Amino acid sequence: MPAPFVEIAQLSKSFDPKKSPALSQINCLLPQGKMIGIVGPDGAGKTTLIRLMAGLLLPSQGTIQIAGLDTVRDAEALHFMIGYMPQKFGLYEDLTVIQNLILYANLRGVLGEERKQAFEKLLSFTSLGSFTDRLAGNLSGGMKQKLGLACALIQKPSLLLLDEPSVGVDPISRRELWKMVSQLLTEGISAIWSTSYLDEAEKCDEVLLLNEGNLLYQGPPQELCKTVEGRTFKISHFEENGRKMLSMVLRQPMIMDAVIQGTDIRFLTKKANSSLDISSFIHPEKIKIEKIRPRFEDAFINMLGGGPGGWSSLAETITLSPAEMGKVVVEAKGLVKRFGNFTAADNITFTIRRGEIFGLLGPNGAGKSTTFKMMCGLLKPNAGVAYINGVNLLTASAEARSHIGYMAQKFSLYGNLSVQQNLVFFSGIYDVPKKFRRERMEEMIKIFGLEPFLQESAENLPLGFKQRLALACSLMHRPEVLFLDEPTSGVDPITRREFWNHINGLVEKGVTIMVTTHFMDEAEYCDTIGLVYKSHLIALGTSQELKQRVRSKKNPDPTLEDCFIRLIEQYDEK
Amino acid sequence: MKNKPLTQPHLQANTQEGKWRRIRALIVKEFLQISRDLSSFLICFVLPLLLMFIYGFGVSLDLDHIRIGLVLEDTSPDAQSFANSITNSPYFDAKIARDRRSFEEDIIRGKIRAIVVIPSYFSSFRNRPDQIAPIQIIADGSEPNTATFVQNYLTGVWSNWLQQESVSSHLQGLPRVRSQPRFWYNEELVSRNFLIPGSLAIIMTLIGTLLTALVVAREWERGTMEALMATPVTIFEILIGKLVPYFILGMTSMTMCVIIAVFFYDIPFRGSFLALTVVASIFLFSALGIGFLISTIARNQFVAAQSAMAAAFLPGFILSGFIFEIASMPFPIQLLTRFISARYFVSSLQTLFLVGNIWSLLIPNILSMLAIGIFFFFWTSKRIAKRLD
Repeated sequence: MPAPFVEIAQLSKSFDPKKSPALSQINCLLPQGKMIGIVGPDGAGKTTLIRLMAGLLLPSQGTIQIAGLDTVRDAEALHFMIGYMPQKFGLYEDLTVIQNLILYANLRGVLGEERKQAFEKLLSFTSLGSFTDRLAGNLSGGMKQKLGLACALIQKPSLLLLDEPSVGVDPISRRELWKMVSQLLTEGISAIWSTSYLDEAEKCDEVLLLNEGNLLYQGPPQELCKTVEGRTFKISHFEENGRKMLSMVLRQPMIMDAVIQGTDIRFLTKKANSSLDISSFIHPEKIKIEKIRPRFEDAFINMLGGGPGGWSSLAETITLSPAEMGKVVVEAKGLVKRFGNFTAADNITFTIRRGEIFGLLGPNGAGKSTTFKMMCGLLKPNAGVAYINGVNLLTASAEARSHIGYMAQKFSLYGNLSVQQNLVFFSGIYDVPKKFRRERMEEMIKIFGLEPFLQESAENLPLGFKQRLALACSLMHRPEVLFLDEPTSGVDPITRREFWNHINGLVEKGVTIMVTTHFMDEAEYCDTIGLVYKSHLIALGTSQELKQRVRSKKNPDPTLEDCFIRLIEQYDEK
Repeated sequence: MKNKPLTQPHLQANTQEGKWRRIRALIVKEFLQISRDLSSFLICFVLPLLLMFIYGFGVSLDLDHIRIGLVLEDTSPDAQSFANSITNSPYFDAKIARDRRSFEEDIIRGKIRAIVVIPSYFSSFRNRPDQIAPIQIIADGSEPNTATFVQNYLTGVWSNWLQQESVSSHLQGLPRVRSQPRFWYNEELVSRNFLIPGSLAIIMTLIGTLLTALVVAREWERGTMEALMATPVTIFEILIGKLVPYFILGMTSMTMCVIIAVFFYDIPFRGSFLALTVVASIFLFSALGIGFLISTIARNQFVAAQSAMAAAFLPGFILSGFIFEIASMPFPIQLLTRFISARYFVSSLQTLFLVGNIWSLLIPNILSMLAIGIFFFFWTSKRIAKRLD
């Protein structure tokens, strides 16, 4: 066996002696020339581990050696051999693409002929060749990510460290990044990256699974999948609505986890040889249950002790009259938004019925957020109208907005107010009647488990809790329509499931929801999907309808991600 | 260090040559950023112009054209002549009335600062034994400074007039002592002549401390600092990569301001430009020192701006002797000003502009600023490490 490339021994890191450590007693050996994934829920210590490996943090205890170099003692030598891409990509936004590359080339001592070759190779590799004079700040998210990677690769590193490179990046860019990094491995580079996308983790040679600062598992992802062998199933041909079925499945005691997949539901049982009780479903004789191959995600959820179940205590608190289900609540008619010469959204038209989820998908910079903001009355369209509950957003924006709850893409609460102060503030500006305020706040605190953080500054919360708090604030006034802009971006799979439990529960109660996401599995929960690309709504329909459009002999059963990529390619061909 | 791999092609790069190349790359990067970023241009070139404009025209510590009310109860030639000496004075804009009641409203509303009453028995002074003409001055005490000025100026006008009267009418009792005041260095007593040189200290503080602290904090905010730190750059290279551009920027802005002060505002410049360059460089060095110290602590622009305001801008404004006389401060505060480098810079600037190269004053000032600068850089070097925690 070859000598290990990375040696982590007895590693602990603690930022605040009063709190539990960010990492405790990590021991592992990592091989050279492999793709290694670091996975785990938010606050598990993924970023801390990567920063420690990059020599950017001092371990509280223990050591890391990379190719024999100690990250503390030999930090200087270490920095000559690693490429590191931080979460925010580390680009100078007011420098052009080429200026960023030149800077990093100079810093890393890549000169003369060597530099020429490196630039040529990286620019064609990242297909940024035609954008060299564009300011990095004006690139789309996917392109920024590629440039960040190019800067980390200028001087061919022995080890590439990537910290959540795919947060907030669309599926196309994600696939490209994966291809690029796998190609690097063939050149002898080792890569370590942290990710919250478990489909990416599944493709890694080895994974490190962290939870609350502890290393739960190290090894090939397939090994981990074996722990749930024989416990994964698919249920199909049921009559019920998918979301309703999901929550029924999740409520059964022997079920550990379940998700919607196309028209089917896949589930994980707690023990082998146990299965679902289907006797209470409509037409149980038609229902088909088959065993399927486990995925890394199943093993991940299993390792972390199961999903959050199918119960949304949030939905319990909502009472809306069930009478008007199916009525059109949100309507967009020919919305156009121009910024100068650039048309950010062109002739966007769709409707959402009461109790439906409408998913807006599309690559970064396609016009999703623009559309979203017009629907919330935050941007004034140049043409077209938007109605909420029959009220024109343009002429009666205050009234229309009082029906809306909005959760923005970026964390938009007051970071230096405590959790409690944020809740008080938002109940105030949403004009919650005084006598209900205390009661509503207590409800939200209980539902989202905010009790231990009440006095904590909002900016110091782990990401998952920030998102929970943001959702809680947007629901303070019991809105009938909820707009969620990438609510689960960068959030771990377990918290995502919890979020979708709440969303599904709310919809069940008659709340109407519009959501954007980069997670294609989440799009499966939507009743209607709108695909935005190059400022146009290029496809609109249920996930089945969209899949029908790209079904071919070569790909008889496309996933939504295939669908997404194919529809965009088709549009580009036209 | 025993089993260092020899496979690394770039380990040799940590030579002198690599060091200079990296520093040069960082400096070029900084200048590119400055050229694209409107806010640094504003702080370096527009804000100084604005400040100089305000101190050149807006702020003046001299009082002239003070609005007063003049009550002529007496209309004799003597009273008229005294009234003329007031209305002809450049210090006063007088409104004339017969009755003091007509000014009551004006002084309450602050439209005039004082009322001068020439009483009906004014011209009878020639018959008095002391031959002093009585007048009454009512000043608005709600602004004590102005009130004192008004009182002093009016008393001056009055005693001048008395003197002239006694000369012209060959009266007895000519005063035996007469003062002939001369003001050295700022001959016309124009406050602009010492305000504008002083404001250069504020401008240099803004660039040296505020701008530097802001740009470093921005690198933390945008995550570029983190990316830089994972490259072979050393922390001192990063420091020099910031020091050099903002030093050049500060000196450029200073040159622009001096040219404007001398040629546009006609401020006398009696020292040498060499001395000015030396003094300004050393002050800028100490201002950058504070800026860097702040940037090791403040990792977002808001905190950086607030700290720079509290640590450099306000002391530079209040405790430097720029506007408020240090000699008239309470003793403990006077002690405190000794630790503010702006104090030495303001005093050096005022000397260089208005007096000349007085090395006996400049050298202690230079040494003090140097000491303060070295102190801050030493402190910074103790605090920074190429790490995130």
